[in-house]
Amino acid sequence: MSERRSKAAAGRRRKPRLLNERITLVHGAGGKATRNLVEALFLGELGNPLLAPLSDSALLEAGGAKLAFTTDAHVVQPLFFPGGDIGSLAVNGTVNDIAVSGARPLVLSAAFVLEEGLPISDLRRVVASMAEAAREAGVVVAAGDTKVVERGRGDGLTVTTAAIGLVDERVSLGAEKVRPGDKVIVSGTLGDHGMAVMIARGNLELEVEIASDSASIYPLAESLFTLGEDLRWLRDPTRGGLATTLNELTEASGLCVVLDEKALPVREQVAAACEILGLDPLYVANEGKLIAIVAADRAEQALATLRAHPLGAEAQIVGEVEPEPKGLVLLQTAFGGSRVVDMLAGDPLPRIC
Amino acid sequence: MKYVDEFRSGELARALASELAEAMPPGRELALMEVCGGHTHAIYKHGLDELLPPGLELVHGPGCPVCVIPVGRVDDAVALALEPNVIFTTFGDMMRVPGSKGSLLDARSRGADVRMVYSPLDALELARANSQREVIFFAIGFETTAPSTAVTLLQARAQGIGNFSVFCNHVTIGPPLKAILDAPELRLDGLIAPGHVSAVTGSRVYDFIAAEYGRPVVVAGFEPLDILQSVLMLVRQLAQGRAEVENQYTRVVREQGNPRALEAIEQTMELRDSFEWRGLGSIPRSGLRLREEFSEWDAERRYAVPGVSVPDHKVCQCGQVLRGLVKPWECKVFGNACTPESPIGTCMVSSEGACAAYYHYGRNRPKRLSR
Ligand code: SF4
Repeated sequence: MSERRSKAAAGRRRKPRLLNERITLVHGAGGKATRNLVEALFLGELGNPLLAPLSDSALLEAGGAKLAFTTDAHVVQPLFFPGGDIGSLAVNGTVNDIAVSGARPLVLSAAFVLEEGLPISDLRRVVASMAEAAREAGVVVAAGDTKVVERGRGDGLTVTTAAIGLVDERVSLGAEKVRPGDKVIVSGTLGDHGMAVMIARGNLELEVEIASDSASIYPLAESLFTLGEDLRWLRDPTRGGLATTLNELTEASGLCVVLDEKALPVREQVAAACEILGLDPLYVANEGKLIAIVAADRAEQALATLRAHPLGAEAQIVGEVEPEPKGLVLLQTAFGGSRVVDMLAGDPLPRIC
Repeated sequence: MKYVDEFRSGELARALASELAEAMPPGRELALMEVCGGHTHAIYKHGLDELLPPGLELVHGPGCPVCVIPVGRVDDAVALALEPNVIFTTFGDMMRVPGSKGSLLDARSRGADVRMVYSPLDALELARANSQREVIFFAIGFETTAPSTAVTLLQARAQGIGNFSVFCNHVTIGPPLKAILDAPELRLDGLIAPGHVSAVTGSRVYDFIAAEYGRPVVVAGFEPLDILQSVLMLVRQLAQGRAEVENQYTRVVREQGNPRALEAIEQTMELRDSFEWRGLGSIPRSGLRLREEFSEWDAERRYAVPGVSVPDHKVCQCGQVLRGLVKPWECKVFGNACTPESPIGTCMVSSEGACAAYYHYGRNRPKRLSR
C-alpha cells in the first residue's frame, strides 16, 4: 500500500516537463498538459511575480488603486449555440475572471481576428451580443483591434478580450486562506455550457437542446463579498470543469476537498447526454457558475444569498475541505463508495461502446 | 437522472453488499474476472470495490477495445494516415495511443489529416462530401462495434461510394477468454461477462466456459447495481458448486443475441486465420477482416500497409494487465513515466483501460474514506 501511495504522490507532484515536439490538441484541453505547457514554457520565459501565481487575474497597484488585470482568447465552434455565442462568451469569460478575483470589472478591450469570407451579418450579430453582454455586466469596451486573415487561416472568427477591474477592499481571496472545515458551494448546475456547445456542433445525433449558461457572475460574486474574510476563495469552473478547478485548489493549498455526489446539481438533460457519451459532468465546462469556499458557520448564509439571485437559484453546498489526504479531491459516490477526482488528462472524449 | 438513479441507489447497494457478505463460502478466497473495460471503469467510478467482502477479488480482463490493439497495428494506422490525399478517421481514444513512431495525434501535428468521428457512418458521410479525397475508417472493437462497421460497408457498396475504405481491426470475445483460461499462471473462479457485446453475440458464446472449464459466467449490465448483483450471482453459484451461464442483464441481452447484427457482420467480414492481440500474442480465429467481395473497401488491400508485428515498449506491462496477472499500480512506470497525458501503454489511454481507471479514480491512493 505504501508503495502505491508514494508512487502516485510522486507522479502527481512531478515537475512540469514538456516532452512533445509539437503542439497537439491535448495542450489546449485545460488539463495537465495545458498546465505543463504554461509552467514549463511560458512561465519559464516570461515568469515574474505578477504572472507567477497563474491565477485568473493579476493583482497590481497603480497610483494607490488596487487593480485586477486579465485576458482571454476565445475560439469556439460553432460561433452561435443555444444560450450564447462567441461574443457574449468573450465578454462574460473575461468579466468572470475579474469577478472571481474579488474585483469589480471596469473596462474591456477586444481584438478580433476575422477570416476572409466571414458573413458581415454574423459579425454584426456577434458584436451586438457583446454589446448586450457588456451592458449587463456593467462594463464598456474601451479599446479594440481588427485583423483579417486569408480564407482557411482562421476559425471564422476569434476574439481576444482583456479586462481591468477594481479590487473590492472587503475581501482578500486565495488558496492560502482556505481552512479545513470550510464548505464548498457551487452557484448552479454543472456542465451546461460544454454540453450545449458539444451538441450544437451537430455530429452527436442527440435530440436534446441544452442551453449554455454563459453569463456574468459578477452580481453573484459581489453578493458574497459581504462575508469579508469568511469568503476564502472564488473561481469560475470553465474549461476542465469543477474537477479541474478544485484540483488546482487542493494542489495550491495542500488540503483535500471531499465532494458529495448526491449534492452535485446537474440538469437531467446534461446528465443523460453525459451518460450516453461516457462523459463526466464534473469535467465539462461552465461559463456562468462560480465555486465559493466559505467558512463553515457562514455557509448557510452564503447559500441563501446566492439562491436569492436568479443566477444562483440552484446553488448547493457540495462538499467540504479536509486536511487529509493532501492535495486530492475525493468524491463520496451516491452508490456508497468513494473515489479520487483527478485533473483532466486529455480532452473529454465520447466513448466508443 | 431518473433512469440511472434507479441503478445507483446507495440503499440497494448496501443491501446487496450484506447479502454478498453472507453468501461468501466460508474460508474461501474467490477471484472473479470482469472481462470488460466498461465494467472496470464503472467499478472504480462508483467505488464499488469498497463494498466487496474480504476474500473476494476482482481481476481485470481483456475487454477494452482500444487496449488490445497491438503496437504494429497502430503503426499501420499512422502509415495509412500519412498516405497522400487521405482523410484518416478514428474514434477519439485511438488518437492518443502511442505507436513505435508516435500516435495518430502526433501524425496529425506533422500534417496528416486525422479526424475524430463518432461512428463509421460519419466517416462514410465525409467520403461522400469529399469526393476528391480518400477516406479511411480505423475500425476497432468487439462484436459491439462490428455491426455498425458492417452496415456502413453495406451502404458504401449500395451507394457506390468508392473513395471510402475500412482498416479492419475488429475482434471477437470468445477466443481471448479461452486463451486466458488456458494460461497456467492465473486462477480464476468465475467471469463477469460484458453486457453490450453479449447483446449482439447472445450469451451462448460463453457456454464453453461453463461446460469445458467448469467456471460460472454471469452476463452483466453496466450500472454499478448490475455489477454488484452479478457478483452475488457468481458467488452463489460457487457456494452451491454450480457452473452455469446466467444472464443478469435480461433487459438487454437475449440468449441468441441480435440475429440482424450478426447477419450484417457475416455478410461483410470473415475470421482471419490469426490476429495479434496486445499482451496475448497471436490468437487463432480471433480477428475479423473484410470478405473478398468487399476488397474494394478494404484499406489493407488498397494500400501498402507495413503489417509488421512490433514489440511493446520494453517497460510496458499492459500484456500482463490485460490478462489480469499484474495490477496496474504494480507496473514500474505506472503514474510516473506512464500517465494519461503521456501514456506508454494502451491501458493508460482508453477510459476503459484498467491503468487509466486506476489512475483516474485514484485506486493508487491512500485507503481511507468510506465514512
Ligand atoms: S502503467 Fe502504462 S505501461 Fe504500465 S501497464 Fe499500464 S499502460 Fe502499460
